[in-house]
Order: sequence, then structure tokens, then C-alpha cells
Amino acid sequence: MSEHTIVSLPDQATARIPKDNYITRENGLLSWLLTSDHKRIAILYLISLSFFFFIGGALAGLIRLELLTPQADLMATDTYNKVFTMHGVIMIFFFLVPSVPATLGNFFIPMMIGAKDLALPKINLLSWYLYMAGGLLALYTMAIGGVDTGWTFTTPLSTHYVNTNVLTTGLAAFIAGFSSILTGLNFIVTIHKMRAPGMTWFRLPLFIWAHYAASILMVLATPVVAIAILLIALERTLGIGVFDPTKGGDPLLFQHLFWFYSHPAVYIMILPGMGVISEVISTFSRKRVFGYTAVAFSSVAIAVFGFFVWAHHMFIMGISNYAVLVFSLLTMLVAVPSAIKIFNWTFTLYKGSITFETPMIYAFGFLGLFTIGGMTGVFLGSSGTDIHLTETYFIVAHFHFVMVGGMLMAFLAGIHFWWPKMTGRMYPEKLSQLAAVVTFIGFNLTFFPQFILGMLGMPRRYAAYPPEFQILNVFSTAGATILGVGYLLPVLYLVWSLRYGAIAGDNPWQATGLEWQTQSPPLTENFAVAPVMDHEAYDYEWLEKQQKEKGVASAG
Amino acid sequence: MPDSSVHTAQSAHEEHPAYLRHHFNSTVQQADAAGFAMWLFLLTEVMFFSGLFTAYLIYRNWYYPAFVSGSHQLNVVWGATNTVVLIFSSFTMAMGVWCAETRRRRGLVLCLTLTFFLGLCFLGIKTVEYREKIEKHHVPGFHYSLQSFLDPQSDPEVYAEYHDKPLVPDMARHTELYFSLYFLMTGMHALHMIIGIGILGFMIMRARAGAYTTGHVTFVENFGLYWHFVDIIWIYLFALLYLISRHQ
Repeated sequence: MSEHTIVSLPDQATARIPKDNYITRENGLLSWLLTSDHKRIAILYLISLSFFFFIGGALAGLIRLELLTPQADLMATDTYNKVFTMHGVIMIFFFLVPSVPATLGNFFIPMMIGAKDLALPKINLLSWYLYMAGGLLALYTMAIGGVDTGWTFTTPLSTHYVNTNVLTTGLAAFIAGFSSILTGLNFIVTIHKMRAPGMTWFRLPLFIWAHYAASILMVLATPVVAIAILLIALERTLGIGVFDPTKGGDPLLFQHLFWFYSHPAVYIMILPGMGVISEVISTFSRKRVFGYTAVAFSSVAIAVFGFFVWAHHMFIMGISNYAVLVFSLLTMLVAVPSAIKIFNWTFTLYKGSITFETPMIYAFGFLGLFTIGGMTGVFLGSSGTDIHLTETYFIVAHFHFVMVGGMLMAFLAGIHFWWPKMTGRMYPEKLSQLAAVVTFIGFNLTFFPQFILGMLGMPRRYAAYPPEFQILNVFSTAGATILGVGYLLPVLYLVWSLRYGAIAGDNPWQATGLEWQTQSPPLTENFAVAPVMDHEAYDYEWLEKQQKEKGVASAG
Repeated sequence: MPDSSVHTAQSAHEEHPAYLRHHFNSTVQQADAAGFAMWLFLLTEVMFFSGLFTAYLIYRNWYYPAFVSGSHQLNVVWGATNTVVLIFSSFTMAMGVWCAETRRRRGLVLCLTLTFFLGLCFLGIKTVEYREKIEKHHVPGFHYSLQSFLDPQSDPEVYAEYHDKPLVPDMARHTELYFSLYFLMTGMHALHMIIGIGILGFMIMRARAGAYTTGHVTFVENFGLYWHFVDIIWIYLFALLYLISRHQ
């Protein structure tokens, strides 16, 4: 590859990390645990999230090892049930839901809109403590024997038929839910009330729009799952009968309440990732995002439509045919704003000056994998094919393409993109490009065979399967090993870069966001001088002019 | 949070009072943000209760006769008294906010204390009602008794008022669902009351020390919103749980 790059680092011989920044301002463990600085809280989240991600990942590894052979031989079938349940619970509630918002969102929303902090810094810290309390409770549950209902806590299985730790797991999810509510609430208030002068709604980076939409979902949907979990707990302990058919209750009501949150939750997970992709694609093709307004409103549209599609999880559960018809149609509507985003990103690339830095490679990975994940969602949204494919590996492959192929790729794109800003140092470029490619290959090898397995009818959630499915399962497990390497590599070199990485300077990517116009790592109060926004978002000409003026000033 | 507001009397310059947190540009922005956050929080509370209201709506439609008989077991007089108590407490709370805004310390302490005791009064009446349910075995669970519904005349007080016909056993057992929802919804409401009363106690202590009457009234104002919200929830609960058969 030729040396096409936009990276511009300061002269390494003379460059220094600024002495006064948010990391060095205060020292000691307590200064971190009692901080109200959004950037420090973001770092706390980043560390704890990565911890939970690797626990969830280890559980995924166990699942894939078990499925290497057709018999249930690595672990007992009950243990297998617990392993996939805990994998789901940890990955969804403790990694995917908070992943981008709590780390990158926390760090960069105030900086992008030119504020000193989130509107409610102490609430922000509280949300981290709630997250940790929930997370540790989930780990404790795992230590005392786990739970085997699947992450969906389906009644009457969870209320009447299992003796595992439904209550503690439910409580863990309940607590984590409040952490998510507080984060969303904080973001909405911040975006409304804390914008710098001149930062109008249509000058906001698309990252902000995406987080705003996701926050609406967090605030409105999460309380409903909280009450659903509470009802499960009361059903289990007191037998209140709300979900118990023998007392006149209806288990379907639980499904409605649960999916009223848990479907929008997938948009809570993916929307912030889409925000990251908008920033990355614009920066590495040196162009304003094509159709800015359309992309901004498509985020809001996804959030709004997302509230009216939940029953597509219940097509085979005995809801009325007319409900199936309506929810099927509404489900397909979600594909429209998603496609608007994909097409607009693609048009942004058109005639852009594209360079292939690591975040951009991850973003390309996102585009491909999310498109496949989204399209297969349309298959599942149409009720005829859904009846054939539901509860098979096709479902597993579909949501892993969206969640892992989409969200995790976006998360890694964002982490690499903003790493220089967060730490002041660059990661090793060649190695990280390799990691991005390895992740992409590993991911496809792991999950693509699962589409075929699902089409052939292999059901999900079983430790054993007919021998004719083995070859595809071996592919999948092999892919998971490669994927594992792909995820371990960034941890190693990112930690390495904290000490040995090249010094990044203020704006290594020549990006336009306000967060790049201040020192890296930033000051505790983010900006030395309160910023005024006097240009549109993604205005690369403004940036060029700005830099010319700076050059003249420093030369003179 | 209002931890620095006690000392604001010393801060001479208007534009930078001590209670202005460092990340806000002005006190107006700070108050705006806090108020907006409070409204959003109340929105999440609405969604939280909405799950219960949905369950209520569905089962009331399915098991209407059971819900009517169940609601006849509730004491409308106590319920109405409690409604009046809560509405009055909302009034004292609103007066409290006004006192804080107009910097009347003694008035504020008085209003908050009144609100505090009205809240306790509500919980007291609720306890009396709950006790009645426990005595009649109307708490869902192992000891739940269908007698009042299979044989209404065994319950002379209620029978004298409503002359309910006996329910068939299949319908009668769904009264348990009614009482589940009754205890869930009023219990969840009572929990909000208890939290509110706790915060009121804290506020009374701080108000006596002179907080909230120095121009920084955000905390009192936002608590007022919370208190009115809990009040409104009760008004819905009263209509939905106590007055089911009243339109006949």
C-alpha cells in the first residue's frame, strides 16, 4: 500500500504530553472513585466494560467449544444452559447497552457540543456505581450457580419451573437498567441545555444526534423492563399471579412488557455505534457526511419506529394474525432509515479522499456486516420466513451480525479513532490494521456458517445437535478462535501505547469536531477558552483556514 | 446538589453565587437543566407505572365482574379521605415552593412540616386499609380466601352496601388478580410516598438551617414536582381501584 495517510503528528523529538490534563490534575485512587469529571467516569466505564466483555467472551468461547462436537460432552446440558444465559446477560446488560454511550458518549458528548461537563456530573458517577453494583451482582450469581432461563427470563419457565438464581440475576439487570436510564437522562439534558454559543441543532455532529435518539429509548423503554422484572420477582416469591395462567394471568403479557424494552434496546445498542461510523467515515474521506439532515433524522426515525415493532419477537407465541401483519409491516419500516444511513455513508465515500487508517477499516467492516445483519432482519420480519427461521441459528447469526459485527466494530472504530484524544498517544498503526482485518475475517468465519445452520434447521440453545451439522459448527468454532485473537490484540497494543505510543498532538486525524480543537488529553474543564461554534459540522475548509492562520501566527 | 447553598449569603457578587456549579455558565442554565432533568425523570416514572396500568387494563377487561366485586371490598370513604389528604399536601407543598422563592424561611419550614405530616397521615390511613385486607384474607398468596365473593352475605357490611350476587368460582378466583394489582399499584405508590417523606425530613432540617431561601430553590422546586407527580398517580389509582362500578 502506498503511504496515503492523513495522520499528522507533531515532531516527536520536541513533542510533549501537556503537563496539565484531566489525568494528571489529581492523583490517587479516591480522586478517580469520587470524580465527577465525565472524562474520568468514561475511563472507569471503559475499564469495567472491557472486564465484563472478556468474561462474556470467555463464556462465548465455552459455548463454541461445546458445539465443536455433536454430543454434549464438554459440560452437562444444564451447565450449557447456564453458560449461554450468562453470556447473554453479561454481554447485553453489561457490555452492549452501555458500551459506546457510557464510554465514548460520556467522554465526547460534552466536548463535541463545547461544554465543560455533562449537565449532571454526580448523577453520572452514580450511574457508574449502579452499573458496577449490577455487574458484580451478576458475577456473584454466576459464582453461586448461575441462571438458566436464557437472557429473556421467559415466563412461566422463570417463575415456575427453574430453581436457579432468577432473582439475583433479575435484580442485577434491574439495577443496571437504572444506570442506563440515568445515562440517557443526563445526555438528553446535556444536549438540550449545555450547547456552546452557535452550536445549533443542525451543527451538531451526527454522533450527538445518534446518542440523542438512543437516549430517548433508554429513558422511555428501560422503566418498562424494570417493572417487568419486578413482576417476575414478585411472581416467583409471592405468587401474585399476574403472569400465571392458573390464576387468570397471561404469560404473553410478560412478553409484551419485556420486548417493549428489549426490542428498542437493540437500537439503544446500535444507534450510538452509527454515530461513531458517521464521524469516522467523514474524517477519513475528508467530506461532510452526505445528506446530513437525512442521517440525523434517520436516527430519530429509528428510535420512533423502534417503539412499535416489539411483537415481532412473538410471532409464534400465539398473538393474533392481524397483530402479526401490522408488526411485520412496521418491522420492515425500520429498514428504511437504516438503509438511508448506509446509502448516505456510501455516498459520503463517493469522490472523497479515502485513507485506510484503522478506524476506517473497522468502519468498512461495520458497513458490510451491519448491512447483512439488517437485511436478514427483514427476512425475520416477514412472518412466513420467520416461522421457519425463528428459534434457529439463523436468529443467532442475525443478531450477532448486528450486535457484534455492527456494534462491536463501531465500538472498536470509535476507541481507535478517539484513543489519541483520550490518552494523548497513538496506537501502533500497522498492528491495529492487522487486528481490524483479523476481527473481520474471524467474525465472518464464526457467524456466517450459522446462517446456513439456521436455514437447515439447527435449533438454538441446545448443547447437542445432529452429526450432519458438525462441519459448519467446526468452521464456526475455528472462526471464534480467530475472533478471540482479534479482540485480544487491541487490549495488548492499546495498553502498550499508553507508555510507548507516539505523541498524538491535538488533532492527528485533521478532524473537524470541537473535541479535536483542544489539547490531548484534554484539560479537566475541556477547553482553555470557551468555544464558539461559527461553522457547520464537518467543514474541512474551515479547518484548513484555521490551521493556516495558526501556522502564520506561530511563524510570525 | 445544594451542599454549598448555605454559604451563599457571603458571596457578594450576583453573577457568581457559590451554588453555581463550575460547569454551568449561569444560574439560569443550571436551574433550567435541573428542572428539565426532573421532568424527564418523571417521564421514566410514568413509563414505570404504565406497565402496571397496562396489566390492570387487560385484566379488568377480561375479568370485569371479579374486578367489580374486588373493588367493593375497598373502603371508598378511606380512599376519598386519602385523596383529600394528598391534594391538600400538594397545596402545602406548592405553598412551600412559593415561600422558598420569596425567601420566607419560617413559612417554608411550616409548609414542609405540614406536607410531611400529611404524607404520614396518608400512610397511616393506608395501613388501616391494608390491615382490613389482611384480616379478611384478601392478600394474594396461600392464605387468600374466596369466601366474600362466593358467598357475599358472609360479609354483611359490604353486602349491605352493594348487594353483590355470588360469583361463579371460576370468576371469583380472579379477584386474587385484582388484589395482586391493588397491592402492587398502591404498594408502589406508597413506596414513592415513603421516599418522598424521607426527603421531606431531610429538607425540613436543611430549611431550618436557612437553605433554599437564599435564591437557590431548585431542590425544593424539583421535589415539589415529584410530590405532585406522586399525588397525581394516586388520583388515578383511586379512580381505577375504588370506583370501578360507580358509573352503573
